[in-house]
Amino acid sequence: MRAMEYVRPATPAEAVATVAARPGARFLAGGTNLVDHLKLGVASPETLVDVRRLPLDAVETYDGGVRVGANVLNSDLASHPLVRSRLPLVSRALLAGASGQIRNQATTGGNLLQRTRCVYFQDVTTPCNKREPGSGCSALEGYGRYNAILGASPACVATHPSDLAVALAALDASVVLLGADGERRIPFEELHRLPGDDAATDTTLGPDELILAVEVPTTEAARRSAYRKVRDRASFAFALVSVAGAVRVTDGVVEDVRIAWGGVAHKPWRARRAEAALVGQALTADAVRAAVDDELGAAETTPQTAYKVPMLRNTTVLTLTQLAEEEVA
Amino acid sequence: MEATIHLTVDGTDRSVDVDTRTTLLDALRERVGVTSPKKGCDHGQCGSCTVLLDGRRHLTCLAIAVAYDGAEIVTADGLGGADLHPVQQAFLDHDGFQCGYCTPGQVCSAVGAIDEAKQGRPSHVTDDLEADVQLTDDEIRERMSGNLCRCGAYPGILAAVREAAQG
Amino acid sequence: MTVEQQTTPLRVHSVGSRLDRVDGIEKVTGRATYAVEHGESAGIVDPLHVWLVQSTVARGRVVGVDSRAALAHPDVVGVVDHTSSPRLADTDNGELAILQDAEVHFRGQIVALVLAETPEAAREGAALVEVSYDEEPHEAELREDNATHRPDSVNPDMDTDTDEGDVDAALADAAIVVEQSYRTAYEHNNPLEPHATTAWWTEEDGRDVLSMFDSSQGVHGVVQALAPMLALDPDQVRVRAPYVGGGFGSKGEAHAHVMAAALAARTTGGRPVRLAVTRQQMFALTGYRTATISHLRLGADADGRLTAIEHRVQEQTSRVREFAEQTGSPARMMYAAPHRRTSHRLAVLDVAVPSWMRAPGEMPGMYAHEVAMDELAVSCGVDPIELRIRNEPDTDPETGKPFNDRRLPDCLRRGAERFGWSSRPSEPRATRDGEWWVGTGVASATYPAMRMPGNAARVSALDGGRYAVGIGCVDIGTGARTVLTQIAADALGVPPDHVDLDIADTRLPPASVAGGSSGTSSWGSAIVAAAQRFRADHGDRPDAGVETTASAAADPAAEEYAFHSFGAVFAEARVHRWTGEIRVPRLLGAYSVGRVVNPVTARSQLVGGLVMGLSAGLFEESWRDPRFGHVVTQDLATYHVASHADVLDVDAEWLDEADELFTPMGSRGIGEIGIVGTAAAVANATHHATGVRVRSIPITADRFLE
Repeated sequence: MRAMEYVRPATPAEAVATVAARPGARFLAGGTNLVDHLKLGVASPETLVDVRRLPLDAVETYDGGVRVGANVLNSDLASHPLVRSRLPLVSRALLAGASGQIRNQATTGGNLLQRTRCVYFQDVTTPCNKREPGSGCSALEGYGRYNAILGASPACVATHPSDLAVALAALDASVVLLGADGERRIPFEELHRLPGDDAATDTTLGPDELILAVEVPTTEAARRSAYRKVRDRASFAFALVSVAGAVRVTDGVVEDVRIAWGGVAHKPWRARRAEAALVGQALTADAVRAAVDDELGAAETTPQTAYKVPMLRNTTVLTLTQLAEEEVA
Repeated sequence: MEATIHLTVDGTDRSVDVDTRTTLLDALRERVGVTSPKKGCDHGQCGSCTVLLDGRRHLTCLAIAVAYDGAEIVTADGLGGADLHPVQQAFLDHDGFQCGYCTPGQVCSAVGAIDEAKQGRPSHVTDDLEADVQLTDDEIRERMSGNLCRCGAYPGILAAVREAAQG
Repeated sequence: MTVEQQTTPLRVHSVGSRLDRVDGIEKVTGRATYAVEHGESAGIVDPLHVWLVQSTVARGRVVGVDSRAALAHPDVVGVVDHTSSPRLADTDNGELAILQDAEVHFRGQIVALVLAETPEAAREGAALVEVSYDEEPHEAELREDNATHRPDSVNPDMDTDTDEGDVDAALADAAIVVEQSYRTAYEHNNPLEPHATTAWWTEEDGRDVLSMFDSSQGVHGVVQALAPMLALDPDQVRVRAPYVGGGFGSKGEAHAHVMAAALAARTTGGRPVRLAVTRQQMFALTGYRTATISHLRLGADADGRLTAIEHRVQEQTSRVREFAEQTGSPARMMYAAPHRRTSHRLAVLDVAVPSWMRAPGEMPGMYAHEVAMDELAVSCGVDPIELRIRNEPDTDPETGKPFNDRRLPDCLRRGAERFGWSSRPSEPRATRDGEWWVGTGVASATYPAMRMPGNAARVSALDGGRYAVGIGCVDIGTGARTVLTQIAADALGVPPDHVDLDIADTRLPPASVAGGSSGTSSWGSAIVAAAQRFRADHGDRPDAGVETTASAAADPAAEEYAFHSFGAVFAEARVHRWTGEIRVPRLLGAYSVGRVVNPVTARSQLVGGLVMGLSAGLFEESWRDPRFGHVVTQDLATYHVASHADVLDVDAEWLDEADELFTPMGSRGIGEIGIVGTAAAVANATHHATGVRVRSIPITADRFLE
């Protein structure tokens, strides 16, 4: 890793101003992914702007939801009483990811901004459009077990690795950002983007924008939720596929349903077509299967990723039907 | 770029000159000469570098040292003072290791994990997020899964953590 | 002077009982010092740090190494490439003869070294070295159509092919034939301590001396490999390895980084260098197990009695150095069948050099053979345990010699009883528990018992009835330091705490590698020989200071027998009916391994082997990208080894026995057998659970989706 300046601003505004003023500056929070990239040569910032100690570490309620500071550690968020009782999906997603040590170190904001674990992205000796625009995508015809099946492009077939992001996509969260022009608030679904012909850009954030907080509405559906992650190991592994599901059934029909998928796209994939197909229906395995297949009509697979379609279909059916059974019980 | 940071390592105050690129792990191993935390992967994928940092289990390989100025670090070598920590004694009693390379990290992780369970923090395998945590075998396995052991000493580690948690 | 001593069986007191690891406190505190952790107390003052620069092409020539940017980086003090490296006297070992010419043999080969004052500067310096290449087309994919090279022999020194009887005719006449192909993935040993070396040169009595702390399974082997290449006599190289963080074969011989450390240290004017291989670099530089393709044909009568066994193996070697894994070897001795044929053919590829990995040959070979046996059991409707017992040979099918205690049936029966095999439904896909299909499987295990030549031990009398015992072997986590203390104590007739054992230094009497499950047998026999000779020469009340160095003479009676260990592995598998996820709630191995020297360390080794076999069965795959030539799953997040959550109820037990014809301790070696057959037992259990037969490992969730 190249020599770097290190600064630790005292306020979020100062942090943003520092990054805005210095080309090649990067925010550093928990470091659990950026430090990987420094060592591997994937990232070569000239300045690290340490935001880890900024006072963005509160979990508090607001009218209709819970606001989570960007520096709240993954472990503290997962075990926070408010989150456990009102946003169990967030706890479940966090606890399905990484390890106890990493969760004690990784922050809420950093978790959302972690980058793909595509093996070629992390190997600077191979072409990768995300790391080196225009060099090509090695994963298209290479190791593809974790590749995207939805929303990918010839430029990039990487998947987003965050579990938390899948839960937040399902819960209609918002992200509070601070940039040189002040604060703004965007729907969570607009934070991450599909690769298109610009694989290098993961999010819609400006280069000097800092995540201040995430706001998560606490709805009835959010309480009746589950996160199901399928992975090669029983623990400490990224998702092959994952499903964040939440459902509210009234008088035998679906009143509200949320489905978001991990491990299938460049961003957490909110399955809105499938949701729309289910609202007003009885929640049966067949109905969920049909709804999922409707959403997956757009899937593009290879021999290495073909498994994701039945795995995702089955896992979604399992997740939602179990939630419905619990609701009946 | 060089910087001087202050750390408390196993009870001793240390002033350490580091490069801004230096990880906490390399600061300890190469600059302070404390080699109890091990470098197994250098990427947060094995847990061998685990210490207690300000009281919680923490990786040192993915921590830029200069960002941890002022931290209090306890390694496996400093856990028990002059004696062995009960977790270490349990590892000995249950042969929870072979080559010993992942062991200091396992031991620190176990101390942290037992403490987290005592605080009522749930895990991936906790059935009820709002109930008290019982440190069952499955809970121990899940909570210790950030520490790989290639010798396959997991059954001994499990027995050791189970015993230490009950003690 | 070393004398040869015929040993007599040990009178056991400590051997066979628990003794806590004598180095346990050092390990649980982290005070144990591994290869690049030695400091001033060991004479390592102000070391430089070496970083490896690796080729980014798979085949070609280096045409330029531009080190200007690297040398301009603060704290970088030197760059060594093939034009500036110290010359080697002998370059026959293509893996070790680095930086001697411009040739690139595989992607990831060492093409330059950077020396710097700090590891951070060394790493950045390595990134700044610009290497240009004339790239040539390469071949890096193992396929059935290119694995055609017939090696002269397979490891360690076995026939490449065997052919007895008339396999084709027997298969044509067989009532039942199983004909299938099975694949195993590339696997990397991945000990938790990455390979690492501290090296420094000094001058002693006008001669150059190279000293090293190396993470090695055999310090004497490192000297034997390096000394002639460096034009040194063996006594000019000293290698120590007081603590080694696992090896599993990958530290069984010196790899290129050890030579890199020696060459780099040659350029520093005597300053020591530390070279720590990164986890990613290990995937190119420190050995791995070849992928294998096994074509099995089993012919049997209607009762499952084998008439023919054919095991044709296709696997891979590297163009720069041949390494032929003996995958077909267990088919030569495992079961009775009058007609048998084995063969090995290699794809010669422009890839990193394959090397030893726990149970080389037996692990992939028995995986394939034992799944085929399960298929045969299904085909002829015979219980898998009964099938194996029906095919027990009277004598070793390979040599014709009698086995000295072949107790496979005892292992099968004892394991079956403890595992509850009798309640197993005979049909697959018969049991479901909620969302999980549940099944059980069994496989046999075997591993040859080996004693290596070239071992000697020294016994010296100390004051107060204490003894110093020295032998240059290495404890890589096996418990050697503990069990050799027990063996020495019993051989001398004193309590273990009266023995000061000294190991892991080439200044001590020679010892063979910690590999091939031969360590305790080879070193322990030498210690018994030295102790017995010591007592013969110096009696029971020796003067302090007297000493004896001896090696164990071969026992001519042992020539008449075949020595193998055996075992039976039982697995329960649960496969999720919707997601395909696989869990193994129970794994049990029952073994016949001679006398167990220390039940605690033995259990850990056997369980550790079972865990590694489980890991190979379900997770481990080094995915080589043939376009580039290197393994792209090159870290512990993408090369999965079993995590704690994957290891549920795993246990091992053993028969109460002693093989005193093989060693004076009665032991036969236990380091590898735990990994043998385990992946097959897991595979067979997943078939029993689901009815789906997967014929490759790792077996992953996507294989069971409907």
